[in-house]
Amino acid sequence: MSSANTLTRITPKNITDQEFFYGHKACAGCGGSLAVRLALKVLGERTYAAFPAGCMAAVGFIYPQMAFTNNAIITTFPGVASMASGIAVGAKALGIQNFKTVAFAGDGGTADIGLQALSGMIDRGDDVLYICYDNEAYMNTGIQKSGLTPFGTQTTTTPAGKNIHGSKTQKKNLFEIIAAHDIPYAATASIGYPQDYIDKVQKAAQVKGPAFIHVYASCPTGWGTPTETSVEIAKEAVDCGLFFLAEYENGDYRLTRNPKQFASVADYLKKQGRFKHLSDADIASIEAHRDHKWERMRRMWNHQ
Amino acid sequence: MSRPVKQNFIRPTHIEGFPVGPQFTAGHLADTNAGWRTFRPVVNHDTCIYCLRCYLVCPDGTIFKDNGKIAVDYDYCKGCGVCAHECPKNAIEMVKEQL
Amino acid sequence: MSKKREFISGDEAVAIGVKLSRPHVIAAYPITPQTITVERLSEMVERGELNAEYMHVESEHSAISAAMGASAVGARTFTASSSQGLLYMTEGLHYASGGRFPVVMMNANRSVALPWSIYGDQRDSLSLLDSGWIQVYVEDAQEALDMMIQAFRIAEHPDVLTPMMVNLDGFILTHTYEIVEIPEQSQVDAFLPPFQTPNKMCFDNPKNMGFSSQPNDNTEFKYQQNLAVLNAVKVLEQADTDFAAMFGRKYNGMVDEYQSADAEVLLVTLGSVTGTVRDVVDEMRAEGHKVGVIKIRYMRPFPEEQLQNLTAGAKAIGVLEKDISFGYEGTVYTNVNSALAKVGNTVPKLNFVGGLGGRDVSKADIRNMFLKLQRVAAGEAYKTVDFFNLNVETNE
Repeated sequence: MSSANTLTRITPKNITDQEFFYGHKACAGCGGSLAVRLALKVLGERTYAAFPAGCMAAVGFIYPQMAFTNNAIITTFPGVASMASGIAVGAKALGIQNFKTVAFAGDGGTADIGLQALSGMIDRGDDVLYICYDNEAYMNTGIQKSGLTPFGTQTTTTPAGKNIHGSKTQKKNLFEIIAAHDIPYAATASIGYPQDYIDKVQKAAQVKGPAFIHVYASCPTGWGTPTETSVEIAKEAVDCGLFFLAEYENGDYRLTRNPKQFASVADYLKKQGRFKHLSDADIASIEAHRDHKWERMRRMWNHQ
Repeated sequence: MSRPVKQNFIRPTHIEGFPVGPQFTAGHLADTNAGWRTFRPVVNHDTCIYCLRCYLVCPDGTIFKDNGKIAVDYDYCKGCGVCAHECPKNAIEMVKEQL
Repeated sequence: MSKKREFISGDEAVAIGVKLSRPHVIAAYPITPQTITVERLSEMVERGELNAEYMHVESEHSAISAAMGASAVGARTFTASSSQGLLYMTEGLHYASGGRFPVVMMNANRSVALPWSIYGDQRDSLSLLDSGWIQVYVEDAQEALDMMIQAFRIAEHPDVLTPMMVNLDGFILTHTYEIVEIPEQSQVDAFLPPFQTPNKMCFDNPKNMGFSSQPNDNTEFKYQQNLAVLNAVKVLEQADTDFAAMFGRKYNGMVDEYQSADAEVLLVTLGSVTGTVRDVVDEMRAEGHKVGVIKIRYMRPFPEEQLQNLTAGAKAIGVLEKDISFGYEGTVYTNVNSALAKVGNTVPKLNFVGGLGGRDVSKADIRNMFLKLQRVAAGEAYKTVDFFNLNVETNE
């Protein structure tokens, strides 16, 4: 029984009316901004939020348009975890009480350039919730491949031509990289399952120490999807098994959603401009990789 | 106020009026986003069941609870259409803006 | 009241100066020859002498990043580095000054790879003059301790709000033991009040910090930042005066000098080599040579006016520095030459480049510099840049 279960569950009915991320210049339908908005509504006004140079920084802090109503700061690109650590430790040293520090970074800012600082933050046990909103490429600079770009994705640095058929590498296993630190709490989530995401943020916020959430967040601009389908497509990624919902707690992994049957991978991929070029063989290889991953997760992890 | 509103911002004319370094009042909005929109969400309150799905999934937080009814802050709605697409009752219609 | 004195290294003097300044957060990563400072600080925290959070960061990049985060909520913060570590911080150095975070850093001046060398020169910090930090260079362990205390006061002053780097020559200062007077905590507390700023993230008045500015505002922020470093001149001079009144030690602000008033030839120095130069000045003065030395203490803000005045009577000037900007000349020389050119000082100005990668600068070397300056003053031809004491023949 986790401590979060003794709390009143936050739902759309009782969540604060306050908006903390507002008037920003993110693209219409931005999944990352929804991930940030919902998390801040769960965490509340006594929150310091840190963002590395990236989309959320670029769209939220354009003087004199300040889109965060809580305390917020842009950090260096590699330094969101370390600056968030400094905030949390500095506030503690000053005797400030009853506050939360949260770091938000994209897939590149987390799994690539920010990974070292994140590892240090977890290692020190600093009281920071780190949320990676994963839109599977460097979107702020114009859709370049990151360490979390999946196999076959067309980006502006992995063109889909005859020789290079999009990204040649699989997504890094970020969730398990983080869990391998023996972090007190880590989870994956998707903006396509917003209540599950809210639940996990609420749970992570109760941790005194480092916590991590990897949230799948669509990017209509980078993915070539209609703006209105942003939440739906993030749900479909989970339903077809290309993303998974899980938790790591007290040393144990747990699938929090374990579909009996997967929805069609092809349907999910073909809705997106970034996957339009994929051949049947490519899709079959993506499915095989998915099945291999799920076979291992189901075998190795406890699940409901 | 649960949401910030546009402020009348006057750019400082003397250097001493500038913020000391890049730090400024949280939630200070000098601009709206309404001009981005080509379609506006219009809520049909007769079919709306107030399930709050639209409020939950709005990336901009511009859908709010207004005395038991769903309302939209048209100063900041960008017209992405997620609310209408996610509505289980098709109670939100995206209506073309008149230019 | 008897003064408390200890026989300690430069690194240990820094640690004591930092402890007396009561920082809230220390974030540092080990690197030779800075390491002893952070070891001592962690011991002070362990013993409860220092009530600070010691952050074991995993890199120098994170050290400065964490220090900025703590500073952004109003904490007094300290970090320390050297050489490769300082360069790994570079992004954060510019960020801290632009963000107006008054972090204080100790830098143990060390050579920069390649080739690898753990020994001293000043190429690490001098390559970062444009990073927006106030830079002071100290001459001995006492000055190192005293400047840590002054650094917090200068950096945190509301007219300045700019990070400050206190530079010590690696090994020559960091690892050399000297008798150092330890200030009383109560006096330090009176000299250095707690850090107060409205420009921080707090819950009564939330802030969005580190924002982006568009081309129509960006220059104004940079103008303001330049002004802040210029404002530091008055603030550091006042700190020097107040420090002297309280502790009895005066460092003369931006520059110090020795026997410069009637000197015909002058050496301009930076850091620990100054002590050796003073000895040579004494010896040569006893022989009747009119020689003198000007010690630059602050490289940023730069003592332009002081140098213009102090060098006005000299017939030849040498800048002795442990630095070279490849393909041109030493950076200290460039700065000095620029200052003097503005007042039309056209006497010969030579750049003595040496002491790189820990090579000793001997009394004989310094004597030769003075003698050469005398010959140049008398009309001998010269080349501006002189790599003195090379151990090989060259084609020059």
